[in-house]
Parts: sequence; C-alpha cells; structure tokens
Amino acid sequence: MSLAAQVFYLGRRSVIRILRQPANWIFPLVFPLALMAVNTGGLHAATNLPGFPSDSFVAFFLAFPFIQGALFATVNAGVDLARDIQTGFLNRLALTPMRSGALLAGHLGGVLAVGALQALWYLTVGLVIGVRFESGAAGALVVFLLAVLIVFAFGSFGALAALRTGSTEAVHSLFPLFFVFLFISSMNLPRNLIETEWFRVAASLNPVSYLIEAIRSLVIEGWNAEALALGFGIAIALAIVGLTLSSLALRGRMART
Amino acid sequence: MDRAIEVRGLVREFKGGIKAVAGIDLDVAPGEIYGFLGPNGAGKSTTVHMLTTLLPPTAGTARVGGFDIVKQGPEVRKTIGAALQEAALDPLLTGREHLRLQLALHGIPRSERPARTDELLERVGLRLAADRKIGGYSGGMKRRLDLALALAHRPRILFLDEPTTGLDVQSRSALWDEVVRLKREDGVTVFLTTQYLEEADVLADRVGIIDHGRLVAEGTPAALKSEIGRPTIEALPADGTDDGTLEQVLRRFGALQPSTAGVAVRLDGQGDLADVVRALDAADVRVADLHLHAPTLDDVFLAKTGRSLEGSEEAEAEPE
Repeated sequence: MSLAAQVFYLGRRSVIRILRQPANWIFPLVFPLALMAVNTGGLHAATNLPGFPSDSFVAFFLAFPFIQGALFATVNAGVDLARDIQTGFLNRLALTPMRSGALLAGHLGGVLAVGALQALWYLTVGLVIGVRFESGAAGALVVFLLAVLIVFAFGSFGALAALRTGSTEAVHSLFPLFFVFLFISSMNLPRNLIETEWFRVAASLNPVSYLIEAIRSLVIEGWNAEALALGFGIAIALAIVGLTLSSLALRGRMART
Repeated sequence: MDRAIEVRGLVREFKGGIKAVAGIDLDVAPGEIYGFLGPNGAGKSTTVHMLTTLLPPTAGTARVGGFDIVKQGPEVRKTIGAALQEAALDPLLTGREHLRLQLALHGIPRSERPARTDELLERVGLRLAADRKIGGYSGGMKRRLDLALALAHRPRILFLDEPTTGLDVQSRSALWDEVVRLKREDGVTVFLTTQYLEEADVLADRVGIIDHGRLVAEGTPAALKSEIGRPTIEALPADGTDDGTLEQVLRRFGALQPSTAGVAVRLDGQGDLADVVRALDAADVRVADLHLHAPTLDDVFLAKTGRSLEGSEEAEAEPE
C-alpha cells in the first residue's frame, strides 16, 4: 500500500475521532468567538487611541480566533495521539506494514482538516458580522491558508508533546503554557501602543505576535509584505522544527525493528 | 521451514541493568500451540514484544516464520498476527471500522475488504455488534475483536499475550475454542502467554515455564507433570494440633514440600492416602483438612522454582 493511501486511512480515522468527540470541535468553534465578543465589547475604546490602526476593533481582533482555534486543535491532536500510545493502539499500528511517517502525516492530516473547518467558520462569522477584508477575497484566501499552516505547525508541537511524554495529562498541561504565549502577544493592542515596556518586549519576542499580525494585516491593512513574510516565515519555521522533532520522537517511540 | 519460532539466547535488559529476559532458548514447531507460562512480571510480555519486533533484543537471536526479528522486521510483521496484553482498541471507532482500517493497512485489496470484514466478525461472534462503538463493548467482546484484528491478514503465526486475563468463564471458553479451531482448521502456529495453569494445560501442545526471565522447564503438560511423578498430600492441622507432630508423621511418607496453609509431602511410594490417614490416627494427630493433589503445572513450577505460580508476582521492568 502506498504511503499516500496509508496517510489517507489514518487521516480519515483522525477526522472520525475528532468528529465523534463534540468537545473537540464545538469548543474551538465557539469559545474563541465568544472571547472575541467579550474582548471587543470591553476594548472597543482602544480604537480611539492615537495611532490605532483600525476603526473597528472586531476587524482588529479577528486574528485572535484563528490562533486560539489552532491552540485548541494542537492540544486535542496531542491528546488523541497520547491516548493511542497509552492504550497500545500505536503498537497495533506498528504491527502492520504502516510506515511510521504515515502515522504522523495521517494524524496531522486529521488536524489539518479540522483546522480548515475552523478557519472557514471564523472567516464566515467575520464576514457575517461585517468585517471587510482590506486585501479583498484573495486576502481572505491567504488568511485561510495561513491559518491552516499555523494549525499544522502548532499541531506538530502537540504531536511532539504526545510522543515525548505518552501522557494525555502531560499534553493537557501544555494548554495553559500555550495560552501564555497567546496573551503575551499583540493580540489586544498593536505592539507600538503597548506602554508597559516588559510586555512590549515580550510581545516582540513572541512569535505568536507575528502570526497574529500577518492575519491582521490582511484584514485591516491590505497587502503588507513584511507582515506576511514574517507570519508565513515563522509558521513555516515552526512547522519544520515541530515536524522534525516529532519525527525523531516517533522514531524513538516506535522502536520496532 | 521446520521451526515456526526459533529463539537462541534472547536477552532484554532495561535501564538500570534489569534483565526482564535473561537468555531464553526455545523452538516452536509449525502448527503447534506453545504455552508460555509464568507469573506476572516473569518476562512473558517482554519476550512477546521482542518476537513481534516491537522491542529490539539486547542480545541473542530469534527467527519467526524463518525471518530474523532484528534484520527482517517487516517480513516478520507480515507473517504474524498479535493480540497483545491490553486489547488496544479505539473506543471511538466501531468494530467494523477497526477491521477495515486493519485490512487497509495490511494492504488487502479494497474489493476484498467488506467480505473479509464480515467473515472475521462472524468468526468471532461480533456480527450484531459490528457497528457499535468499542466504548460499549464488554471485556470479552473487546478480546474477540482483538483476535479478529490479529487474524485480519491471515497470519501463519499468532501471538496471544494473556488473551483471557480478566475474562469471565464463558468468554474464556469461547476464546479457547477459537484458538483450537485456528490450529486444527487453519494450521496456525500459536504462541500463547498465560498465567493460568488451566489454560496452558487445556490448550498447549507444549509448555515453557518462565521465571525471572529464564525458561525453567519445557515440555508437553503431561511430560512435565510426570517429571514431578507422585502426588502430594497436604494436611491442615486442626485447632490445638502441633504442626511439628503432624510434620513428623507425614515425613514418613515422603519429602516435605512448601505449603502455604499446613504441611505437605510428595509421596515417595512408601504409602498411599489410606496409610497416611491410619498413621495420623495412630499418632492421635487431628487434622482439619486433608488433600491428595495429582501433579499439576503449578507443582511443576513449584518444583522448579520453590514457589507456587498462583499468587506469585515479580517486579519486572515493563517494555518501554
């Protein structure tokens, strides 16, 4: 059986698993948008700050759900893989002619499918509530692609955590850590308007800021080459690092001869 | 191929120098059911993990289906089926979905999968539960599905790692029937680990007894039991009876054996149960209970290790 076919069957299983755990797709679809509604209500006045890049805080904040949704997908993906290790299902798969790369690819394929669904949902909700993309329809497509790439990159770190620890609890415990990265970023304000110095420095060092800013630029600015290069560059770099490390971890985990 | 499984000096050492398997030699003939008997932690599962290519050995060699387990892992995996200690199933998938995934990953052509799935479900009696999620299956149903998955690609050699642990009598009996049928009708070689004496006795053509990672006895159940020879008499002293006096009387009939509750001797031919009763009566020794044990595999284990298999448990490093 070809590698592509193996990836397909394992990816399909991953999607079925996610769909059969409503908490794994309802929360990522609802919670980020609910948090966006709360933040938009409370921080709307920020648009009056001199130099704030948009008149609409909703448009400014729309990048947030994409990143938070990716975090949900990451943790859920990691937990599912860790459960396979804990239950011995990974051993069952290891006893088939399946190539180990297919396991990771299939697993991330399922995560990507759900990530794509999430991204479409956030885009649709954004458009329905009146957000207009300054970069047009092509920009919305690029937002979609970048969001899926971010889900893939984050998902590879979720898989890494699962493969390194083999523990669903350990993967769950990563969620607060990921959340810290999200909150110490430019999600609420542009970095140049953050007055607290340590926060501004931390946000500037935090790669999540650049992922948010890349999506945000397409919504409120139009085509900003620098923001897009940074966003795509960081997402691709994270994906490469995460995938490499998780492949190595998988090799150790599946020590079959 | 004159041997389905051939093991020479197999060793697995874990971190900290713990030897879970400390040098095993064994052969299993094609079509044979080989019972690998030992207490928890004796090294049974570690051996199975090595023979199924899931764990590289630290030393020694083994060939399964004629293929080297280290150098020819993929060929070994094509030849074998395995149901490991825990029924490793996905609670969110149905029985049918499990089988379809397994068949697909084994490269069974798409056109053959539906029929093969139905055949396997029928074989293990899960046709009616095929489209239910595994989360709702009983322990016995999970074990039967596990067996069906192991048989999906028609393996010549089957590894069953404690397949009946935790099952009720009915489920255990159904699984035994299936194992016997596999050997009889399909000529499948079965390597079966168990901690149940009865299971090894009923199913296995030959038994290997493992203790502390070493094979301490091997042979047919009948041969192993005949090695022990004569039966054992075990007496439980009545209240107020002196153990010493009881032991003194019983010693006249054979060598003392370990006993958890009273005094036991293996009869040496100097007398039988009636003689023992008469001697106890003559010595005015009162007993609460008196048992005559025909030799069992537990006696074999006891004779070889000085411990009883039942209730025996060792600390073993688990396969990592």
